[in-house]
Amino acid sequence: MRWITARRRRPFFGYAAVLLALVAVGMLYAAVTGLGGSTASAGSGSSSAQITEGKNLFAVSCATCHGEYAQGSSVAPSLIGAGAAAVDFQVGTGRMPLKETNAEAPRKTPVFNQQQIYAIAAYVASLGGGPAIPSDQQVSAAGADTALGQSLFNANCAQCHNYSGAGDALTYGKYAPPLTQATNRQIYEAMLTGPEAMPVFNDTTLTPVDKRDIIAYVTQTRAEANPGGFSLGRVGPTTEGLVAWLGGIGALVLAAMWITAKRREDHTGEITGNR
Amino acid sequence: MSDNDRDLENTPEERHAPHRVIGTPPPAHGLLTEAGPGERAGRGGTEPHSPGEAEGPETPELHELPTDPPDLKAAKSWERVAAALFLISALASAGFVAAYVGLEIGNKNGNVVDATLRSNLGLGSAMALAFLAIGVGMVIWVRYIMPPVELTEERHPMASNPEDRSAFAQTLIEGAETSQITKRPLLRRTLIAATVPVALAPLVILRDMGPLPGTSLRHTVWKKGMRLLVYASNQPITAADFDSAGGMITVVPEGYQDNDEQLAKATAIIIKMEPGQLQAPTNLNWTVDNIVAYSKICTHVGCPAALYEQTTQHILCPCHQSTFDASRGATVLFGPAPRPLPQLPITTNAQGYLVAQSDFHEPVGPSFWERG
Repeated sequence: MRWITARRRRPFFGYAAVLLALVAVGMLYAAVTGLGGSTASAGSGSSSAQITEGKNLFAVSCATCHGEYAQGSSVAPSLIGAGAAAVDFQVGTGRMPLKETNAEAPRKTPVFNQQQIYAIAAYVASLGGGPAIPSDQQVSAAGADTALGQSLFNANCAQCHNYSGAGDALTYGKYAPPLTQATNRQIYEAMLTGPEAMPVFNDTTLTPVDKRDIIAYVTQTRAEANPGGFSLGRVGPTTEGLVAWLGGIGALVLAAMWITAKRREDHTGEITGNR
Repeated sequence: MSDNDRDLENTPEERHAPHRVIGTPPPAHGLLTEAGPGERAGRGGTEPHSPGEAEGPETPELHELPTDPPDLKAAKSWERVAAALFLISALASAGFVAAYVGLEIGNKNGNVVDATLRSNLGLGSAMALAFLAIGVGMVIWVRYIMPPVELTEERHPMASNPEDRSAFAQTLIEGAETSQITKRPLLRRTLIAATVPVALAPLVILRDMGPLPGTSLRHTVWKKGMRLLVYASNQPITAADFDSAGGMITVVPEGYQDNDEQLAKATAIIIKMEPGQLQAPTNLNWTVDNIVAYSKICTHVGCPAALYEQTTQHILCPCHQSTFDASRGATVLFGPAPRPLPQLPITTNAQGYLVAQSDFHEPVGPSFWERG
């Protein structure tokens, strides 16, 4: 350890330590995040008992903002015509009920179980219209055309969600969330209903077949291995190059400084200054 | 003739024992012994041997540089470290060969992509270690084993001395006179007449670098009645299909859906608004049922501007954050874009499909020199 203590007073030692710490933290972060899980759930049917249950749940947990009759308020939109798919997405991803009003509602653990979500969805659907929750078959990526899905994704989704589905920032604190945790059904519902700032891609514009292709691209892309072992957040096509520039070149500069640094007096003693 | 000057400038000492640079051969012993012992001690290393102390008559111990590092013990241990690094490098090189032989890519049973990744990882790490170990070993060698000494290489003026220059000028003038070029203007002028066209003739070949752009930057392939296709799925789209407010989709002109060169200019996005959201300066005659079409090519440097926020009706460009207000003719709200995104005039045809009324009425994309 003596070689460390001997050098820690060098002017660049602080920078080197900070750089090392940043790289270490970044790698740790990359290792911890990017682990996604996915759960599938059974379909839903709606009965009057279910609608009643949903109405009660709505009155307890949603009516404060969305109004007693889901008519909306100054802080929340009307849910009349929002449809069951919107409810399944918003409540199923834990975005609703909202914990606090922010620019973006973050994904969190759902408050309700799937049966309760279906009940609320059935109630909201009973208020009139809106897209229904897609069936398991509709959202299955089996046999879909991944290549076409990529073309559609690149033209209509990648500008916000990043070409690999890693998500990215929008304006004023809003952001397009990463697609690492979204289930097939949630991806479909998001396209169908356009939650928050996201545009709507209805079934007559992007057909259900197109949507399955997009789902296939998203799920296949995120399942791919990371060459080199680290995802680096998959934030862009040049992530590795960026890391090489910021980390690698910085390290090279420090190494060059060390190689050419003058040796200390006590090292060289009487030898220096003999000219 | 030029040496006289030099001799005046240089001291005898410098003439006989010029400054040494690492890598150059040491000065001849004869020259050194000419100099006095005091001089040598001043310029030499740590061991100022006087001629009398020299062991052999043929090889006197005359070192300009120190032979040993100050701390021999430390140097010995660093020597072991550097040697170990060189051995590691040799092993890594062997590992490179082993990785090349051992990690096969063309294995039929395995995944070719994974096999390639493994092979690249093996080859890359082995080679990186081989080079890195040599480099680190060399640095350790230089810093801890070689005796520390600073050498200065002095610069000398690069210009020739005045005599050389005036001699050259004289030769040139005399040569010109002898060649008769100053006395025979006919020859001189006809030679110029011959050489200038030869030099200029190749400029004509530049014409082969391609046709001039002409007016191609000013218009796209959109024409009256051309249907809008959803990009990639190539489906024509009716106003009734595109009926969800907040909807956005990338569209391309029918017949050019696979023509990347044309799509680079012609690609557009259509947006469905809530009733009443579309306002001037949007040209409402160019919209259908609250559907508006804008060029997808940013007017800044031509990135695909399509981050549409349905809550704010803002279109963002991902490259430089130019922000356009889609509900107000895509006017620029923020960012470096100089102009709104051009609006594509659209209508519906007899079957209800969305079609273009005409081409864009202004050039799409970034500014260009003659745009005006």
